[in-house]
Amino acid sequence: MAKYLLLKHYRGGPTPLYDVPMDQWTPEEISAHVQYMRDFAARLEETGEFVEGQALSPEGTFVRYDGEGRPPVTDGPFAETKDLIAGWMVIDVDTYDRALELAGELSAAPGAGGKPLHEWLEVRPFLNEPPTISE
Amino acid sequence: MDEAVLRTLTPAVIGILVRRGVDFATAEDAVQDALVEAVRAWPTDPPRDPKGWLVAVSWRKFLDVARADTARRRREALVEVEPAPGPSEPIDDTLALYFLCAHPSLTPASAVALTLRAVGGLTTRQIARAYLVPETTMAQRISRAKRTVSGVRFNQPGDVGTVLRVLYLVFNEGYSGDVDLAAEAIRLTRQLAARIRHAEVAGLLALMLLHHARRAARTTADGRLVPLAEQDRSRWDTRLIAEGVQVLQNALARDRLGEFQAQAAIAALHADARTAEETDWVQIVEWYDELVRLTDSPVARLNRAVAVGEADGPRAGLAALAGLDPALPRYAAVAAYLHERDGDLPIAARLYAEAARSAPSLPEVEHLTRQAARLNALLRR
Repeated sequence: MAKYLLLKHYRGGPTPLYDVPMDQWTPEEISAHVQYMRDFAARLEETGEFVEGQALSPEGTFVRYDGEGRPPVTDGPFAETKDLIAGWMVIDVDTYDRALELAGELSAAPGAGGKPLHEWLEVRPFLNEPPTISE
Repeated sequence: MDEAVLRTLTPAVIGILVRRGVDFATAEDAVQDALVEAVRAWPTDPPRDPKGWLVAVSWRKFLDVARADTARRRREALVEVEPAPGPSEPIDDTLALYFLCAHPSLTPASAVALTLRAVGGLTTRQIARAYLVPETTMAQRISRAKRTVSGVRFNQPGDVGTVLRVLYLVFNEGYSGDVDLAAEAIRLTRQLAARIRHAEVAGLLALMLLHHARRAARTTADGRLVPLAEQDRSRWDTRLIAEGVQVLQNALARDRLGEFQAQAAIAALHADARTAEETDWVQIVEWYDELVRLTDSPVARLNRAVAVGEADGPRAGLAALAGLDPALPRYAAVAAYLHERDGDLPIAARLYAEAARSAPSLPEVEHLTRQAARLNALLRR
C-alpha cells in the first residue's frame, strides 16, 4: 500500500513524442481525451486505487513574504517558466510496478488523430509514516 | 457503551449468519449495518444480551435486503424457509474469518481492508480515514475483495502465514488517524493467538507488544524521531514488555522458530537493557544470523550490519554491509551511521544527506537531514 502522484507536465519533462497543442485538435479529439481520463479515474475507483485527481490552471502567481507589516510580494506569471504542471492524479496501490503500469495506461490517452498521446508522466512516491518496527 | 466490546462480537455474528446460509459478502454487509445501528441505539437503550441483539438485528438487516432484492430469487427462497437459528457459540467462525479475509488470492491492501472490517468490526469510513483514501475507494476495495473470495468455502483451514503478514502490515504501516491501527493489530493478533496454538502467531504478538511498549519514547511531542539509543527508557511500558517476553518465551519453548519469533527476540534483548550501553549486541547479532537464515531478506542483512557494528566495531559493520545492494531502502542511512562511528565525518555527512533524499517518510527525512547538518557544523569548526 503506497501512494503515488502521477504528475502531468505541460513543460519540463522529456521531449514529447507528439507535440500538437490541444487547441489544434478537433473538438471530438478533445472530448475523447477528456472521456478517457474520466473513464480511467472511474476504473481506478472501482479497483479501490483512486485517491484524487486535479487539474491546474496554467497561469499562476509567485508570492513571497516581504517583512513584518508589509503585504506579500507577487511576481509573474512567467510565460517562459521551464516546468509547468498541468495536473495530477493520486493513486494508492500495492506496488511500485502497479504505479508504473497505471501511469503507462494514463499516458495512452488519445490525442490528435485519436492515437495514444504517449505523453511523459512523472511518478513520485508520497512520503509515508515511518514504520513501527525499525530494527 | 464500549465500542471495542461491540467490535469484538463482529466476527462471531458474521459467522452465525453464514452458518444460517447467508453468503459471506451479504452477511458482512448486514452485520456492518447492525453495528452502525448499535452505535446509535445502545447508549440510550443498552441491550441485556449484546450478542443476541446483534444477531437479531443483523438477521433483520439481511431479511430487509433480501426482500427488497426481488431479482435474487435464491435469497427470497431462503427467506421463506426461515432456517433454524445457528449454534450461538460457534468456536471456529472467528478463526475462519481471519483465513478468509487474508486469503492468498487477495492483494495485501484488500486483505488488510477486509480484515479490519469483517474481523475488526471497523466501519468503511474509519478504515478509509486510517489509510487516507476516499471512503468510496475503500468501499470499492472491500466489495472487490469480497467478490474475490466469494468462491472460497467458509470454515476451511487457511494459511496462517498470510494472516500474520496482514496483521503485521496493519501494525507496521498505518497512518495515525482516529483509529489506533497498532492497538487494533495487537487486539486482532491477541484474539488470534487465543484461538490457535502456533509459535509464529505468538511470535508476532510478542513482537508487536515489545515494539508497542516503546511507542511513547519513539517520538518527541513535536513529532521528531528518537533513535533507539537515545530513547528515555523510563518511558517504555514495562507491563507490555513483561507480557511480550512471556509470550515470546512460551513461543520459543515450542521449538518451532520463525521470523517473527526471531524479530521479537531482538526486540526483547533491547527491552532487557536498562541503558543503550548495556545492550547485549553479541546475542542480537546471533538472532540476526537466525533471521537471515530464516528469511534470506536483504533488510535483515542490513539491520544485521548495524548490530555487527555495535558488537564488533564499525569496521566490522561496514564489512557486513559490503555485498549488499546500495539501492536498498535505508542503506545510505546505515552506511552513514557506521562511517560516523568509524570517525569518517565527511563521508558520513554526505551519506546522511543522500539518505535524507531517499528516505520513505517525512520524520526520517527530517531526522537524517539533522544528522547531516550536525556533522557539517562539526566539520566547519
